[in-house]
Amino acid sequence: MNRSAIDLWVGVFVAIGLGALLFLALKVGNLASFSTAETYRVDARFSNIGGLKVRAPVKSAGVVVGRVADIGFDNESYEAVAVLTIEGRYKFPRDTSAKILTSGLLGEQYIGLEAGGDERMLADGERLRLTQSAVVLENLIGQFFTSKAAEGGDTKGAK
Amino acid sequence: MRAALTHLGAVVTAGIWRLGYGARFFGYLLMHSGTAFRRFRLTVREIYFAGVLSLIIILVSGLFVGMVLGLQGYDTLQRYGSSEALGVLVALSLVRELGPVVAGLLFASRAGSAITAEIGLMKATEQLSAMEMMAVDPIARVVAPRFWGGVLSMPLLAALFSAMGIFGGYLVGVVLIGVDEGAFWSQMQAAVDVRNDILNGVIKSVVFGVAVTLIAVFEGYDAAPTAEGVSRATTRTVVMSSLAILALDFVLTALMFTGGN
Repeated sequence: MNRSAIDLWVGVFVAIGLGALLFLALKVGNLASFSTAETYRVDARFSNIGGLKVRAPVKSAGVVVGRVADIGFDNESYEAVAVLTIEGRYKFPRDTSAKILTSGLLGEQYIGLEAGGDERMLADGERLRLTQSAVVLENLIGQFFTSKAAEGGDTKGAK
Repeated sequence: MRAALTHLGAVVTAGIWRLGYGARFFGYLLMHSGTAFRRFRLTVREIYFAGVLSLIIILVSGLFVGMVLGLQGYDTLQRYGSSEALGVLVALSLVRELGPVVAGLLFASRAGSAITAEIGLMKATEQLSAMEMMAVDPIARVVAPRFWGGVLSMPLLAALFSAMGIFGGYLVGVVLIGVDEGAFWSQMQAAVDVRNDILNGVIKSVVFGVAVTLIAVFEGYDAAPTAEGVSRATTRTVVMSSLAILALDFVLTALMFTGGN
């Protein structure tokens, strides 16, 4: 095996190795869709965020328009504060409402935005006023039982 | 009883001595790596032997591991009606774990054993002593290029293994079974994070590359200069590097993938 053949093979090896890394980053990890777009940040307060995680999608009408950048806890109002980064090309009115929703029955949680009718648009650093917390299954079951019990009490009273 | 305790003490002392010797060897190797980069052709030659000649086994194994993941994953996922998540399953298991670990194990048995046997045989035939006689440092001239050749090859091999495995999963899942192609890729892209998953996989493969190649060159350099010594050193390289890969993988996974995702 002479020198230039070795060089050629090593060159081929390094090229396809780097190609594989690029394939992983671009096609599998989808690097391109995150870093390029300009974003603005808004925050939203929820009384309960359920299982929402950082980097969860923010969707409007089912389309991903941003990500959850940070989740914190406000010790004054005892609410969860979620910071959302929304792509700059999507503008929302100031009275847009945010809901925490679940994709499918067992899927991960995401934030759904529903545009309002305000003429002024949301700017960087503003807050979404209208929010709806995550549905917590335990509370739902609890409510169901209390309402059932109340119903039972009523029917007994009617007899 | 007394004999057993003496034996235990001797084993432990020898083990610690060897660990220290290996660490000093590593330090000396790093300090004398200049030649491997100044005369980069030496390292290129070793990349050829460690990397290029391992390509076939890495690519074929990657393809088959990915295809098996596709088959087995589909079988389980379709019971829960979520066969579109096949792409996520294949990509995450390859990029996070199987890519670096299996490529590392294959690399240890394909390239690591060859490096040990070569250096051990050079020692047994007194080529290393001859170099020393000619005032050529065998660590700088023989060991360091092999070390850096292995360290540079390993991440590329692991990336090729993962890419090939994902392609295998795609072949079985989308082409053969008929999972929806759009869902396969889009769910994968939504779930795989470049920094958390892919970069951590690359870091793992670099660590495994350093561990495997260091064990290989050390065992070769430290081999008893006999035929039996070389064969023993080669066996030890494969066993030790496989154990090192699996143990390091556990430690790295615990550091990388726990706590807040």
